[in-house]
Amino acid sequence: MYKIIEKKVLSENVKQMTIQAPLVAGKAQPGQFIILRIDEKGERIPLTIADFDRKSGTITIIFLEVGKTTQQLGTLNVGDVIENFVGPLGMPSEVKKYGTVVCIGGGVGIAPLYPVVKALREAGNYVISILGAKTQNLLILEKEIQLYSNEFYITTDDGSKGQKGFVSDVLKQVIDKKGTINMVMAIGPIIMMKVVSDVTRKYNIKTLVSLNPIMIDGTGMCGGCRVSVDGKTKFACVDGPEFDGLKVDYDNLMLRNRRFVHEEGAACKLVGVVQ
Amino acid sequence: MSVRKTKYEMPEQDPKERIHNFKEVPYGYSKETAIEEAKRCLQCKNKPCMKGCPVEIDIPGFISCIASGDFEKAAEVIKAKNNLPAVSGRVCPYESQCEGECTIKKIGEPVGIGRLERFIADYERVKGAKIPQKVTSSEKKVAVVGAGPAGLTCAGDLAKMGHTVTVFEALHGPGGVLMYGIPEFRLPKKIVNAEVDYIKKLGVDIRYDMVIGKTITVEELFKEYDAVFVGTGAGLPNWLNIPGENLDGVYSANEFLTRINLMRAYEFPTYDTPIKMGKIVATFGAGNVAMDCARTALRLGAEKSYILYRRTEAEMPARIEEIHHAKQEGVEFKLLTNPLRFIGDVQGHLVEVEYQKMQLGEPDDSGRRRPVPIPGSEEKIHIDTALIAIGQSPNPLIPKSMKGLTLGKHGNIVTDDDGKTSIPGLFAGGDIATGAATVILAMGAGKRAARTIDAYVKAKK
Ligand SMILES: Cc1cc2nc3c(=O)[nH]c(=O)nc-3n(C[C@H](O)[C@H](O)[C@H](O)COP(=O)(O)OP(=O)(O)OC[C@H]3O[C@@H](n4cnc5c(N)ncnc54)[C@H](O)[C@@H]3O)c2cc1C
Ligand SMILES: Cc1cc2nc3c(=O)[nH]c(=O)nc-3n(C[C@H](O)[C@H](O)[C@H](O)COP(=O)(O)OP(=O)(O)OC[C@H]3O[C@@H](n4cnc5c(N)ncnc54)[C@H](O)[C@@H]3O)c2cc1C
Ligand code: SF4
Ligand code: SF4
Ligand code: FES
Repeated sequence: MYKIIEKKVLSENVKQMTIQAPLVAGKAQPGQFIILRIDEKGERIPLTIADFDRKSGTITIIFLEVGKTTQQLGTLNVGDVIENFVGPLGMPSEVKKYGTVVCIGGGVGIAPLYPVVKALREAGNYVISILGAKTQNLLILEKEIQLYSNEFYITTDDGSKGQKGFVSDVLKQVIDKKGTINMVMAIGPIIMMKVVSDVTRKYNIKTLVSLNPIMIDGTGMCGGCRVSVDGKTKFACVDGPEFDGLKVDYDNLMLRNRRFVHEEGAACKLVGVVQ
Repeated sequence: MSVRKTKYEMPEQDPKERIHNFKEVPYGYSKETAIEEAKRCLQCKNKPCMKGCPVEIDIPGFISCIASGDFEKAAEVIKAKNNLPAVSGRVCPYESQCEGECTIKKIGEPVGIGRLERFIADYERVKGAKIPQKVTSSEKKVAVVGAGPAGLTCAGDLAKMGHTVTVFEALHGPGGVLMYGIPEFRLPKKIVNAEVDYIKKLGVDIRYDMVIGKTITVEELFKEYDAVFVGTGAGLPNWLNIPGENLDGVYSANEFLTRINLMRAYEFPTYDTPIKMGKIVATFGAGNVAMDCARTALRLGAEKSYILYRRTEAEMPARIEEIHHAKQEGVEFKLLTNPLRFIGDVQGHLVEVEYQKMQLGEPDDSGRRRPVPIPGSEEKIHIDTALIAIGQSPNPLIPKSMKGLTLGKHGNIVTDDDGKTSIPGLFAGGDIATGAATVILAMGAGKRAARTIDAYVKAKK
């Protein structure tokens, strides 16, 4: 059993929780994730480690309420327990000194971006961050990420904050202005990572993305999380979740992530939530 | 007196009914039938059947107890060697193990050793299993990684020898393949749970959510434990490596079975994990895993459930009983076929498989005749779900995270017959050492390793 010791509402449907999990906290690295199961009947879902504290033995997760499990999780409060919480899973981010890096976060992808931004800055990189969301209310962790960024940009689809448009528009401007960019890291909706990779491919910039396929065990046993990278099948839970963005088959990932839409909808109706 | 040449039948659920439920297929022997079957045993002095049992059960010993009606004593004889008899009595490939060596095979069907073992295990479980008296603690601590049959057997035996044993399991429950792979209708989960409870009552502590190599490393375990046993199984699914394998509708057997068994997707939405099943399902492969997939598909409402296999029935690796049950239930076998590619519709949903007809040629390394393609024999059939059940490789998590560990060419941990690896104090057994094999071989390996570990920790000062 893993106890919730802190809870915050970050935006409309985005919640942050700090969970007591000393063994996971002892090993966690930026880029890794956990898998949790709320109770005996629950589904196993992966969430990125947004922050960790080895001293207090805690892990912070930030999640967008999209379906049955994330909404149910959102109803839990400080003092409640989660039945299973396993990690840290996956390979850590490739954190090193690249030079000038652009970190792009979209929607709830901003959460997993945060520890990477922090680590890249601490490794001596010049960090340019671009955060994007549909609208102002959905932006999270602005202050935290800005703190670790040398340059900081915001875009919203509706122009309610920062530049109106997409993160890729700002990325193009930044590339044109800076000349050399040594690495681009993008975490967010699949379509965003695809568009970002289309841009960086033209300039031949190393691009890392963090993929979010449907998972079950997280140990390489089921193959449900497989993604196609450079024409080869990889398991995101053990080989990833970070991959070379220029080589990922995003269309296949989008298709595979919609495999259970019908069933997921049914699960939500049952608990009376709207998806 | 002449011996009856055939085994007494074990009653089972009508195939027409059972394809609509997940209840167990065979019902097991009644007391009377068990006694009659036990009386078929000749009590051979040289006990040939025992040579076929990896966990060394005194087979004529427990059978003679049944024949005389002393079921409790029979249970004691079995439990002296086997911690999981209700499991092995159900899924052990006894035809090629103990029963394969039975003297009566010369004149007819062997004694139904597996069925009798199952009968006794069930009898004892209903009555409540006796827990052997604790021996004095050795003050030695052993870590066991993986709660599959290899790990559980090793842990149970070490506890009986007086050692303090902790099992570390990556998933949220025990059993390994017994829980996530083998379906409810073949091995009810409450039976696995009852046997795991017995192991816990022996004093074994099982800790879940522990991915060794990630949450804790083996090196860290050595700081706290005198020895480590690795029984992490062969969890890594193999692929056909043909075009279209990532289409929507193509599952590995492991994903399909894990969703249904461990996560109980067949009770969705009471349980949260979904499964999406089509109407026309093709399973690739012909081992136990494939039979489980094809039969599970029927129970989830498939109108057609095919098995596509490159060779013929004679080469199928599945237990005879599984093939028999699959046929009874209406699984359709397309033999001597080799898939070439999966074809999707414009949205990427699986709609067809193209395959080629094969014929048997010269024998290969394994002695089985090698299938060779017949040119120009390509055909397509409409399917909407494909289940890939062509085997699993050893789980790479621990092998990859350890320096100095000798690995075999399939990524398996190399051990000697007693479970020793290239690292002192590190032992391994089961599918992680042999590659995907059987429950009873995993249990046998766990048992031999327990003896080796016992000697090792006692010699350590
Ligand atoms: C490595 C990784 C890290 C992630 N990190 C975060 C994070 O930090 N914050 C966050 O909000 N989300 C994160 N996600 C996505 C998160 O796991 C899903 O939103 C969640 O599983 C949805 O479950 P649900 O029952 O609420 O919704 P559902 O209604 O079940 O599903 C909504 C959508 O979520 C996806 N999904 C469903 N089940 C799973 C599953 N078992 N595993 C993965 N995806 C699934 C599917 O695309 C689905 O269409 C991450 C995913 C991965 C793989
Ligand atoms: C569907 C199916 C049907 C089968 N049917 C039969 C049958 O009828 N008869 C038969 O004899 N055999 C059958 N088999 C084969 C048999 O189940 C296996 O040979 C046997 O389970 C192997 O036992 P094991 O203990 O070595 O490994 P497993 O049963 O695979 O258990 C390994 C355990 O280790 C855990 N683990 C893995 N990595 C880690 C880690 N890093 N840290 C912690 N824990 C970890 C896993 O989660 C798992 O619980 C079947 C297999 C399958 C898949
Ligand atoms: S465990 Fe298997 S081999 Fe041993 S007696 Fe039982 S059925 Fe036979
Ligand atoms: S070989 Fe057969 S008949 Fe002989 S003791 Fe064993 S089970 Fe009985
Ligand atoms: S989640 Fe099962 S293999 Fe990755």
